Amino acid sequence: MTTLLELQGIEKSFSGINVLKSVDLTIRAGRVVALAGENGAGKSTLMKIISGIYQRDAGTVIYKGKEVRFTTARQSMDAGIGIIHQELNLLPELSVAENIYLGREPTKLGKIQWDVIERESKKYLAQLKQDIDPKTPLGKLSIAQQQMVEIAKALSLNAEVIIMDEPTDALTDIETAILFEVVDELRAQGKGLVFISHRLGEIFQMCDDIAILRDGEMVHQGPVSEITEDDLIRHMVGRELSDQYPFVPAVPGDVRIEVEKLTAHGAQEVSFTAHAGEVVGFAGLVGAGRTELAKAIFGANPIQSGAVKIDGKAIRLRSPQDGVKAQIGYVTEDRKQEGLVQSQELGTNMSLTGLDRFCNALGFVNKASEAVTISEYIEAFAIKTRDANTIISNLSGGNQQKVSIAKSLVPEPKVLILDEPTRGVDVGAKREIYTLINKLKAEGLCILLISSDMPELLGISDRIHVLSSGKLTGSFARAEATQENIMRCAVAGQTNG
Amino acid sequence: MKLNDFISENKSLIGLIILMAAVSFANANFLGIDNMLNILRQTSINAVIAMGMTFVILTAGIDLAVGSILAFAGAICASLIGMDTPLIIALVATIMVGAGLGATSGVIISYFNVQPFIATLVGMTMIRGATLVYTQGRPISTGYFDVAESFYQFGGGYMFGIPNPVILMVVIFALCWFVLSQTRFGRYVYAIGGNENVARLSGINVKKVKILVYALSGALAALAGIILTARLESAQPTAGLGYELDAIAAVVLGGTSLAGGKGRIFGTIIGALIIGVLNNALNIMDVSSYYQMIAKGAVILLAVVVDSRGKSNA
Repeated sequence: MTTLLELQGIEKSFSGINVLKSVDLTIRAGRVVALAGENGAGKSTLMKIISGIYQRDAGTVIYKGKEVRFTTARQSMDAGIGIIHQELNLLPELSVAENIYLGREPTKLGKIQWDVIERESKKYLAQLKQDIDPKTPLGKLSIAQQQMVEIAKALSLNAEVIIMDEPTDALTDIETAILFEVVDELRAQGKGLVFISHRLGEIFQMCDDIAILRDGEMVHQGPVSEITEDDLIRHMVGRELSDQYPFVPAVPGDVRIEVEKLTAHGAQEVSFTAHAGEVVGFAGLVGAGRTELAKAIFGANPIQSGAVKIDGKAIRLRSPQDGVKAQIGYVTEDRKQEGLVQSQELGTNMSLTGLDRFCNALGFVNKASEAVTISEYIEAFAIKTRDANTIISNLSGGNQQKVSIAKSLVPEPKVLILDEPTRGVDVGAKREIYTLINKLKAEGLCILLISSDMPELLGISDRIHVLSSGKLTGSFARAEATQENIMRCAVAGQTNG
Repeated sequence: MKLNDFISENKSLIGLIILMAAVSFANANFLGIDNMLNILRQTSINAVIAMGMTFVILTAGIDLAVGSILAFAGAICASLIGMDTPLIIALVATIMVGAGLGATSGVIISYFNVQPFIATLVGMTMIRGATLVYTQGRPISTGYFDVAESFYQFGGGYMFGIPNPVILMVVIFALCWFVLSQTRFGRYVYAIGGNENVARLSGINVKKVKILVYALSGALAALAGIILTARLESAQPTAGLGYELDAIAAVVLGGTSLAGGKGRIFGTIIGALIIGVLNNALNIMDVSSYYQMIAKGAVILLAVVVDSRGKSNA
């Protein structure tokens, strides 16, 4: 087993705060090492040091027997280290092929060889079993497909070391399975892989070694076979975590929302009802129309036909304002583009949707009462921040998600739609979000939960509806719902499985 | 740390102080009360326009039509005064004309999805054309009725020894500061500039806010037109040519991001003062007006470069 990349005693501080403390890590050929740890543990920082985006303060990086110090991402890429970032680094306006070859287009007499680029791109996408036309503008693809393009890009680099930062977060189970096959193949080819994931099951399923970071320190390293899931969680959070899905049986109240034959872009004649004080889960593959349905119910996507009733009264939904007015809250799956203004403060973000609560008739904001509510939510949701003036982009994913949920709760909705609420959120924060969902349920909120994380959906929903190609293909009570029968409904009506 | 924060948040103010210190060394007359009031008066027109522009730029937009709106509104105002219209009616009507023209830009931008640059460029051209048609290319005098005398006070009068345009500027500043920092509307302006998509999904009526923002910009441009027309006792068809660029420069010098969502109205006042001081200093130092333009451009470039360096270091 040859060592490809070795990190020794890596130190890194940001404005006086030590984020990495003497970290060692070894990446070997033909092995997949899982890098685990809560958000803020230093995983991404460590990866950015490897790829040259950040410079280490101390320690050595030895790549193929030689000490290296990459000062740009370009250098590490050329040396054979490919990173698939958690946040997609692709340009939506360019084609798939252009994205894959961005910055290193093969040329002949200064003219880009489009045929080569397209042929090669198609080859790498085929390795990932993706039937995507390389000429398609990237922005037309789903998030999962974009992720696959990012992976194809890493393959095309012929990288020796491939680092995947939460690659499965945006993928459905089927796509994840394809990715795992690709990882197996890369392992067989003798590549060294680093796999960062919050999904513990995946770590046990496909990794050989594990390295666990906590608060910038490497607290455990060794083969995956020698560690149990409980140990792993204990190492990550530094405390015991009881049952990951704390379910509290519901005593549903009155019917809160009735959706009748709703047809909108991506959803066809969907009907369901949900009660006060229950969590109704929505399962389905990526592209099944769950987000589209949610947005239509919120007023963000135009409704073509059908009706939505809240407490028995039909509501008009022409814009998100109508949704907010009808006391519907929507927590988007895309925090960065749709959820929070990244460049602005926590407080102003949190109160944005429910600002009316703090305004008088002339529209003057009562900042004192606003500040009280904001700090109440910061405390109740255990949001880790110095104060309400922290810029959103400086918060971890889990804390951003809590702000995003709090933001839709400030206007005091009756129905709360959560779209992938734990995406990009670490284990500890996930559990806090589940507890939060239970608490809101107990307070009588009607919660519609969209999630691609099947154990999570099964773990906290009272009932589960399944969508496939925009149609409702199954409905299960909690007791009847299993991964198998949900998956069967999720692929029903799919033309290519 | 505290001092560093203060410096990085008040770069434009510090720049203004340094500039004034430098000029006062070069010319002893610069710091006199009379000259200071002169600078403030000369700055007021640009400052009033630039404060409206600040709202627009905070929403990540741009308003190129303000110079033309100034001229058109000024012409309307001059003819109303010349017809012996009661002062208050003339003023309200002029401001409404400006607001209406601005709102039109806003409607085109919001409902027809036209880029603000293009929509207001079209507005700039068409409104200038309309001004030339309306004035027949000749100045319009405010006439000889009594009302013209009271109207003159808006541009040339004093109160407690302070020029009235300066008082107007301060009042507008206070109002704009209040709206931006203390009202729901102000929050929405920042949110739209920060991320329009997030703003829309937060239940904000983005179209309405944008229309109001351009209407406000137009109204303040019309107010600037009133000040200028009053001072000159006539409306010039070519008044306000190029004023949109001075206003944008003031906003940018004040540290407001052209990308939207970030900035302060206080910065805009400072930015307008930097331009005003610069114009005044170059004048009293007898620099030819040809060189003045080069010098002005160079200072603006320097300020923006310093500002962006500070940002990338942070």
